[in-house]
Amino acid sequence: MSAQAGHGASVRIETCGKTFADGTRALEPATLEIARGETLVLLGPSGCGKTTMLRIIAGLELPDAGGRVLFDDKDMTAVPIERRNVGMVFQSYALFPNMTVSDNIGYGLKIRGVPEKERAARVAELVALTNISGLEHRRIDQLSGGQRQRVALARAVAIRPGILLLDEPLTALDAALRDRLRGELNRLLRALGITTIYVTHDQSEAMELGDRVVVMQKGKIAQIGTPREIYFTPNSRFVAEFIGAANIVEAAIENGHLVLPGGRQPINGDANIPAAVAMIRPETIRVMAAESAPLSGIIDSVSFIGDRQRLVVSGVSNRSLAVDAPNTVRAKSGERIGLSISPDAVRLLPPES
Amino acid sequence: MSHRSFVWLCLLPLAVVTAAFFLLPMARLVVTGAAGPQGLAGYLAILTEPRYRATLLNTVLLATATTIVTLIVATVAGMFLQRHRFPGRAILIAMLTFPLAFPGVVVGFMIILLAGRQGLIGDFSNRVLGEKLVFAYSIYGLFLGYLYFSIPRVILTIMAAVQKLDTGLEEAARSLGASPWAVQRDVVLPALAPAFVASGAIAFATAMGAFGTAFTLATNIDVLPMLIYTEFTLAANFSISAALSVGLGVVTWLILALARSFSGSAVAAAG
Ligand SMILES: Nc1ncnc2c1ncn2[C@@H]1O[C@H](COP(=O)(O)OP(=O)(O)O)[C@@H](O)[C@H]1O
Ligand SMILES: [Mg+2]
Repeated sequence: MSAQAGHGASVRIETCGKTFADGTRALEPATLEIARGETLVLLGPSGCGKTTMLRIIAGLELPDAGGRVLFDDKDMTAVPIERRNVGMVFQSYALFPNMTVSDNIGYGLKIRGVPEKERAARVAELVALTNISGLEHRRIDQLSGGQRQRVALARAVAIRPGILLLDEPLTALDAALRDRLRGELNRLLRALGITTIYVTHDQSEAMELGDRVVVMQKGKIAQIGTPREIYFTPNSRFVAEFIGAANIVEAAIENGHLVLPGGRQPINGDANIPAAVAMIRPETIRVMAAESAPLSGIIDSVSFIGDRQRLVVSGVSNRSLAVDAPNTVRAKSGERIGLSISPDAVRLLPPES
Repeated sequence: MSHRSFVWLCLLPLAVVTAAFFLLPMARLVVTGAAGPQGLAGYLAILTEPRYRATLLNTVLLATATTIVTLIVATVAGMFLQRHRFPGRAILIAMLTFPLAFPGVVVGFMIILLAGRQGLIGDFSNRVLGEKLVFAYSIYGLFLGYLYFSIPRVILTIMAAVQKLDTGLEEAARSLGASPWAVQRDVVLPALAPAFVASGAIAFATAMGAFGTAFTLATNIDVLPMLIYTEFTLAANFSISAALSVGLGVVTWLILALARSFSGSAVAAAG
């Protein structure tokens, strides 16, 4: 059974919307499918409805009438959370203060009537897996933030859930720890291979952890795709700007060229659009000598970041362009610089967005 | 003047007041208790003299029952009132806490109106059963009065504690498979333990020492404060009433200390 359970259940959400009692429309009706063993990330700014969606899947909120939640094609909409067999990691961790670390981890097994000996073995397994040996008998208020996060994860996984739900598990930690735990969490989730739904507002977390990412905006799903898809082919200005750094260029397209103040930029196809919106990532822009370049502008500022430098160039498009240049390029603000952009790197966006 | 001596100087008035109005009468009480014909043995009378011992037992049982029933009623009601919004909620809370200001005499009066010879319960039972049910003047009437007296106080403490509960903990327990009962047992009640100890101690001590209600209901209910009163005013037995007073204080204090250390581990663990 454990090999089967290790991969968990598949999830389908059908037209699940949520309107709270006070009239807040937290979630527009959304439909979503999550494959067995997949890690799906819900990504979006604060207040966009990520937690609401997660709580509907968990069984802590009921979707508005018409919405259904299915696990392995079984309708779970009316099943309360205690019978859904989901492992949940809360943003605040919600560890039981009246229990030790091992009692926290073993709580779900105790509730299920797992015998003491078997329980202790499973707890020991998880203590080793999450790297918290030596803390078993501590009380929760004697743990650091990173340790609490691991205990919360161990507790959620101990019951061998069909689905693992995590609500911003790293947000409460400081930046350095967050980066380290992100890698650790990624390895752990891959090793478990269980269906996982992970909520975050941090796009780099989403990219690293997600098999697929659902970008959300104001209670709506803006785009669903692999990290590569949402990064390279965003379907809206919101997604383009939320994921990574993006230059948004507004210009006319004539015979397959963006007509810019700094020159003509070829794009794929030979469209003619009087008012187009295009996205160009800073790292896809190459710098070169101004004389031979298809585009040129004036350097406004240079920020040395270490592995690269970020130039802000004006006069190329309707607004300043961010350009990532190799750290060996000599660039000074005030100088004229040439730029070249491959047609593949220009992504047209729907103009209304 | 150094900082230290300044602090001590500031504490001086407090020390004087404490000595004059608390320590001195207390010391005098202790001395009086040992000044009877039996000397220090007068203190043992509360345990050795059968009538006193029975009264002490009665009082402790009454106070314990009051505390337990109060905690149960107040917890259920407080949890419900804090967690649910319904029309009339504010009025219900106001009514429940209305008796806060009543002295024991008024509470006793209300018990007589309810369960006395002309009381509502008597009228009702007379009509239904053909027999008048009257218990205001017994220990049951006193028990009812003490409940009436302590429930409002405890409800307010419990409601404040319930408001501070982290609902995330309950959701976490449920996600791990805990039934509503298991959530109460493993998460909610442990988190409320400090509030139980604090408000239960006050309910218990109040029930041990309350006098007004007992006095209003009847002069022959066997509780310690009544006994002290009769020994003092009717028998003019100063040393025995002093010894009984000290005994009342010590026994109450001992039971509370015991209860606290008993629940101490739970409270400490609940952080
Ligand atoms: N219990 C609630 N009652 C009313 N409004 C709520 C409730 N929970 C969340 N909301 C609102 O719903 C919206 C989405 O919230 P949430 O799902 O928590 O967003 P996120 O997790 O993406 O930050 C927000 O506007 C929030 O204020
Ligand atoms: Mg949230």
